[in-house]
Amino acid sequence: MEIIIYGTINSIILSLLSLGFALTYSISRLPNFAHGSLFILTGYATWLFMNRLLLGYLPSILLSILITAIAGLLIYNLILKRIRGMEISEIIATYAIALAIIEGLRWGGLRGAVHSLPPFVSGSLMIFDVPVDYQRLLICALALFTYLSLYIFTKYTKLGLALRGIAQDERASMMLGIDSDLVASLSLALGSALAGFSAVLILPLGNIVVEAGYNVLISSIAVCIVGGLGSWVGTLIASFLIGYAQILTERFLSSHFQMVVALFAIIITLIIKPSGLFGKQKELEERV
Amino acid sequence: MVAIRRERIDRGVKVRTEGIYAISSLSDMLYLIGPPLTFIILLLSLPILLEFAPYWKRVVNIMCVYALLSISFDFLANCVGLVCLGGSFFIGIGGYFSAIFNIYFSLPFYISIPLASITGAVFSTLLIFPCLPLKGVYFAIVTLMYPLLFTRIIEALDILGGTNGITGLQSFPDPWTEQYTIIIITILILFFMRRFMREDIGLVLKGIKDNDQSVRASGINITLMKLLSVFIASLIGCFSGSYIAHLYMWAGISLFALDFSIIPIAATVIGGGGIFTGSVIGSFILVPLSEFLRFFGTFRIVIYSIILTAFIVLKSEGIVVYLQRKYHQFERWVKI
Amino acid sequence: MNGEIILSVRSLSKSFGGLKVLSDVSFDVKRGEIFGIIGPNGSGKTTLINCITGFIKPDSGRIFFKDREITALPPHRISHLGIARTFQITRPFFTLPAFKNLIIPLFSSRARSIGGWRGAGRYGNRDTVAVDILEEVGFERDSRVPFKLAAALPSGYQKRLELARCIAMKPEVIICDEIFSGLSMSEIASMIPLIEKMHMDGITIVMVEHRLRELFRVADRIMALNFGEKIAEGLPYAVIEDSRVKEAYLGTED
Repeated sequence: MEIIIYGTINSIILSLLSLGFALTYSISRLPNFAHGSLFILTGYATWLFMNRLLLGYLPSILLSILITAIAGLLIYNLILKRIRGMEISEIIATYAIALAIIEGLRWGGLRGAVHSLPPFVSGSLMIFDVPVDYQRLLICALALFTYLSLYIFTKYTKLGLALRGIAQDERASMMLGIDSDLVASLSLALGSALAGFSAVLILPLGNIVVEAGYNVLISSIAVCIVGGLGSWVGTLIASFLIGYAQILTERFLSSHFQMVVALFAIIITLIIKPSGLFGKQKELEERV
Repeated sequence: MVAIRRERIDRGVKVRTEGIYAISSLSDMLYLIGPPLTFIILLLSLPILLEFAPYWKRVVNIMCVYALLSISFDFLANCVGLVCLGGSFFIGIGGYFSAIFNIYFSLPFYISIPLASITGAVFSTLLIFPCLPLKGVYFAIVTLMYPLLFTRIIEALDILGGTNGITGLQSFPDPWTEQYTIIIITILILFFMRRFMREDIGLVLKGIKDNDQSVRASGINITLMKLLSVFIASLIGCFSGSYIAHLYMWAGISLFALDFSIIPIAATVIGGGGIFTGSVIGSFILVPLSEFLRFFGTFRIVIYSIILTAFIVLKSEGIVVYLQRKYHQFERWVKI
Repeated sequence: MNGEIILSVRSLSKSFGGLKVLSDVSFDVKRGEIFGIIGPNGSGKTTLINCITGFIKPDSGRIFFKDREITALPPHRISHLGIARTFQITRPFFTLPAFKNLIIPLFSSRARSIGGWRGAGRYGNRDTVAVDILEEVGFERDSRVPFKLAAALPSGYQKRLELARCIAMKPEVIICDEIFSGLSMSEIASMIPLIEKMHMDGITIVMVEHRLRELFRVADRIMALNFGEKIAEGLPYAVIEDSRVKEAYLGTED
C-alpha cells in the first residue's frame, strides 16, 4: 500500500518535472538541455531572495519564476535562434548553458546540503495508514491543476491553438501568419517557467543540491523518451512507469538507484521500441 | 558606388603541389611538409625543452590525452555525424578495465593498456550499439547519460573500489617512457586518422554525415559503418583512459568527470572540426589554459561552456581551419 | 528470359497514423520492361517505392524479387540483391565533387562482388571508374563538369548523377521516383535516350511519373494509383482511357 501511494506521488512529481522539457520539445522541436539547470536556478534564486534580500516567500517564488522564464527567453533569442534547425548544435549549446549554470551555481556558493526551502504547509495526514505529508498532496493537486489549465489553454485560447498549430506543422502555421520565432521563444519561456514552478513545489521536500540539476535533466529525458517524444499520454504513462520502478528499487535495493533506473529505462526503450510507448515513428528516422 | 566582393584563390604553390608529380623544387616540398614537420619536431622535443619545468612536463602528458580524446570526438562528430557528448565514458571504461587487468589479473602495464583499450572499445561499442540506427539526437543523449550512469552505479553498488577507486596501479618504468609513449602515439593516431579519412571508406563516412538516406540507397549498411566508427573512436578513447589510469596509478569515479567530456568538444569547436589537427591544437590551447584556471575551481567549466557556446553561435570555422585557409589561399577584392 | 516476372508485389498496405496510404496494392513487373506508375499527388506512389526498397516497413503484404521474398529487408540488403532507386528530391553529397559521389555506391558490397568494374577497389582506381560511369550518363569527360562540387551542378545533371549512382551498382531493376520532375523539355529529351540505353542493356525500369506524355514514349506497361489503391493496369493508352483514371485526374461532372 505504501508503495502504491508513494509510487503515485513520485510519478506525479516526475511528470511535473518533465512537463517543461516535453512542452518545449513538442511545440518547437527544441531540446532544451538546460531544463535541469533552470530548475535549480529557480530554487536557488528563491532561496537567495528569501534569505539574502529578505523578501517574503511568495514574492520570492514569483520573482524567481519570472527570472527563469526570462532566462528561457534569453536563451532562445540570443543563442538558439541562430542555430535553429541544427539539432546537434542545439543540444551542445543548451548543454553548455546547463553546465555553465550548474557549475556556476556550485562555484558561487551552492555547495553542500545546507540550503533549503521551507514547505508551504507542514504536517501530514494518513491515507490508508500511510503517512503522507501535506506538501506532497499539494504538489499532486497543483500538478493536476497545471495539466488542466494547460489543456484548456491549448484547446480554447488563441495562443494555445497557435502553439498546437506550430507543434503539428510548422510550415503550414507560418503560412497562416503565426510567427514561428515568437512561438518558439514563448514555448521556451513557458518550459522554463514550468521548470521553475516544479522547482518551487518540489525542492521544499528536501535540500537544494546542485546535483538535482543533472538528475532532473536525466529524469525528464527518460520520461520523454520512454513515453515517446511529442505524445502527452505517453509522457504521463512513462512517468508512472519510471516513478513506480524508482520506488520499487528504492524499497528493495537502495535509494542510490533512482537515476540508474531512469537511465536503464532510456537504454531499454531504445533497444526495444525506440519511438517510445506512444511516439510517432517518423520522429526517429529521417523522412524519405 | 562600385560593388565589390571578396575572391579567394588558391596560392600558386598549392595548385602546383596538388598533384604529387608536380613537386620539383625545395620550396614546393617545404610548402607541403613544412607545417606537419614543424608540428612533429616541436611535439617530440617538448619534453626536452621543458626539462626545467617539471610541472609543465606533466601537463604535456595530459595535453596529449586530451588531444586523443578530441581526435575521437572530431572523428565521430565531423566525419560521421555522431555527436558524442560523453567522452569521459571512454576514459572511465578504459581506466577501469586497465585497473581490472592490472590489479585483479596482475598483468603488467604493457599488456593491460592494449588489452584494456580493446576490451573497453568492444564494451563501449556494445553499449552504444542500440542507438546507432536512430537519429543523431539519440546518440547525443545516450553518450551524455552513460558517464553519469556509470558514476552512479559504481557509487551505489560500491563495486570496483566505490568512491575511493582502485589504487596501486603499476606506473611506467621512467618518466621518459611515460612521456614519449603518449606523444608518439598521439602523433601516430593523428596522422593515421588523417590518412584514414582520405581513403574511400573515409568518403563513405562523410557521406553518412551528409546524407545517410543516399548512402543506404547506395547499398551500404550504415549501421555497420557507424559501428566501425564508434569502435575506432572508443579504441582511441579507452587507450587514453587506460594510459591515465597508469599515469595516476589510480582508477576512480573522477575518470568519468565532466572535464573529459567538455574539453574535447570545446577543443574541436575552437580549433576547427573535420581536420583533426584543429582538435589537437585546440586541446593544446585549452589544457594549459585549464591549468591556469585551476584555482577557480568549477568555474573553469563555466568558462569552457561560454567559449563553446560563443563559437557555436558565431558559427566560427575554428582557429586551425582559419589558419589553413590563409596558408592555402589568398584573398582579394574584385569588382562585381 | 525476357517476359518472366522479376518483381512481384502482393497486397501491400501501409497506414501512417490514421491515414491509409497504400491499400492492398498488387502488381507484377516483367524482366526487361519499362513499367510506369502514375497517379495524382498523394496517391501513395513514393510510399510504394519506399516499401519496395526497404525504407519503410509495410503493414501487410509481401514483395518478391526474382522469387525471393524481400519484404521488410533493410535498404542495403535490397540494393545488394539488385534493386536501385533514385530519390524524388535529389540529394547528392553536396560537399563532394560529382565523381566522388560515385565512390560511395562503388564501395558497396554489390559493386565489389558483382564486379564488372575493372580495377574498382584498388586505391585510386575508383576515381577512374567513377568518371567512366559519369561519361556513360552524359557528363562530358574532358570538361570540368565531373569535377565540380555536386552542389554546383544544375538540376539536369543532378538527376543524371542520381541515375549514375544507381548504375554504379549494376542493378537489375532501377526504380525512378519522378526523374523527369523539374526538368525542362530539352533536358527531358536528352534524358530519354539514357533511359532507352539502360533498357537496351537489359535493366528493368520502374518509373513513377507525373509527366504522362514523356512517360508514354518509353513505358511498356502502366499502373495507375489513386488514394493508395490500384485503379488500372495495362498498356499506356488503354490505362489513360480508363474512366476511373480520368476521374482521378480530372474529376467527374456532377
